[in-house]
Amino acid sequence: MKTKASDAKKAYRTQQWIAGIILTLGGLLVAIPFIWMILSAFKTESEVLQLTPTLWPETFTTENFIYLFENMNFAVYLRNTIIIVLCSFVGLFFNAMAGYAFAKYKFKGREKLFYLVLATMMIPGQVTMIPVYLILNQMGLTNTMAGVVLPGLVGAFSIFLFRQFMSTIPDELLEAARLDGASEFRVFMQLILPISKPIMAVQGILTFIGGWNSFLWPLIIANDESLYTLSVGLSLLKGQYGGNFALQMAGSTFMVVPIVIIFIIFQKHIIEGYTISGMK
Amino acid sequence: MKSHSKAAPYLFIGPALILLALFSLFPIVLALIISFTDIDLAGLADYSNISFIGIENYLNIFKDPIFLKSIGNTVFYVVFGVPLVIACSLGIALLINFGTARIFKAFRLVFYMPSITNVVAVAVVWTYLYNPQFGLFNYLLGLVGIPAIPWLQDPTVAKGSLIALAVWRAIGVNMIIFLAALQGIPKTYYEAAQLDGANNWKQLTKITIPLLRYAIFFVSITTMIGWVQFFEEPFVMTDGGPLDSTTSVALFIYRNGFQLSNFGYAAAGSFVLFATIIIITLIQFRLQKKNTDL
Repeated sequence: MKTKASDAKKAYRTQQWIAGIILTLGGLLVAIPFIWMILSAFKTESEVLQLTPTLWPETFTTENFIYLFENMNFAVYLRNTIIIVLCSFVGLFFNAMAGYAFAKYKFKGREKLFYLVLATMMIPGQVTMIPVYLILNQMGLTNTMAGVVLPGLVGAFSIFLFRQFMSTIPDELLEAARLDGASEFRVFMQLILPISKPIMAVQGILTFIGGWNSFLWPLIIANDESLYTLSVGLSLLKGQYGGNFALQMAGSTFMVVPIVIIFIIFQKHIIEGYTISGMK
Repeated sequence: MKSHSKAAPYLFIGPALILLALFSLFPIVLALIISFTDIDLAGLADYSNISFIGIENYLNIFKDPIFLKSIGNTVFYVVFGVPLVIACSLGIALLINFGTARIFKAFRLVFYMPSITNVVAVAVVWTYLYNPQFGLFNYLLGLVGIPAIPWLQDPTVAKGSLIALAVWRAIGVNMIIFLAALQGIPKTYYEAAQLDGANNWKQLTKITIPLLRYAIFFVSITTMIGWVQFFEEPFVMTDGGPLDSTTSVALFIYRNGFQLSNFGYAAAGSFVLFATIIIITLIQFRLQKKNTDL
């Protein structure tokens, strides 16, 4: 009997090792593009074009990154991208406000309006792309920062998640604050938002990532290079310097590494966020 | 109970609702209207140049050889991409969930990473990896004696290459959804099964997979909807080439709308896409209902 138990334990440990090895190989496969990108970004142009590629840069250079800022407008692209990220946080605030009202107020048309919000999630981007462009054109907002930012400012899914979270806040808490004479907006700012920190963290990170990565809408709306974002600039780089892979890898590294760092710092919130949002 | 002012909730939902109405709901109506017109750049400059042409756009689009080809390509993407995404993300989630060592938590990060990275950066890196002369993939294949593969140059291989890239990007989010669902399964179920002498395979097929039914349904619906709209990968990597062999329906719409400025024609295409998505969703809900009834 005893040997049987130890046999089972042994088999279990072997299985653990096999699972670990499969995941290590898979993980390596998934990580190769990142590793190759970062290493190639520090190589010289001629080293990247060797027929036998080197893994580690022979001559370590930061020339590619300097070139991006001196000969291309990466500083401008970076500034625009940061503006978009900041604006998208205003959108996040609107989402939180709407989610709060749907969760904690009873008002006429609440259910219908909420279904309307949810319905917008079903609409594919390709359907609204052209009419939104025509609307912005009519408003005179093409080729402006407002035109780039406005269409994606609020999102139904984000409103939905805020509502889910905020409906768990007890009503008594709100009543107490109101009895103390706090205005509705103050209740929201000083009571609701601090309580909603977990969902705010998830949404904040996702908003940051979304804003940083925004590509298609800036590409459609901005004709002027001074309005380009990093990703639009990078696609321009791909077209202009098609053969210079070292430079392209430097541009990609510049886009990807900040996101990866932010993700690693806040990953707990993101991954746990899926459990918070009740996506089971 | 002190009641709040009637206006408060409307002030809270106001900004978000106005923006959603202006950039999501109203555009649907507008798209439907312009899909029955011949609006193009001339029409945009002066509305008197626009005329109603009925369902002509819809009739023409189904005679357009590139549109028909893009439908075929999109079907290819969906048929191969969706099962691959589900199988990979579920497999990885099961392995990570099975592991007890601390290292398994780190794997979540590694597999999630591709899904947060910018599509342009990713496309730039993969184009380099796929490069026939200087790319890493062909070099590695050369080391083990396999001849170079025309990753993006051959019509069929190019579709596969784009699918590989898209699966790489899609694993992370779906893996997390499966992991959350797996952690919701009570441990006692497995303990009971082990007492009855059920092996790992039995536990997987009789307990885990049936209990994951809802998560699998959710992932397959969202993945399917996403792949029907497959756009960014062919747009940035191949621009639909070679010879439109990677052009998806969404890319076709974009190209007609923003490169050729046939706004009315493109809007008609987008409604065909929208209708397809609704039909697929309804069918899947119907199937799901049938399954749970059994």
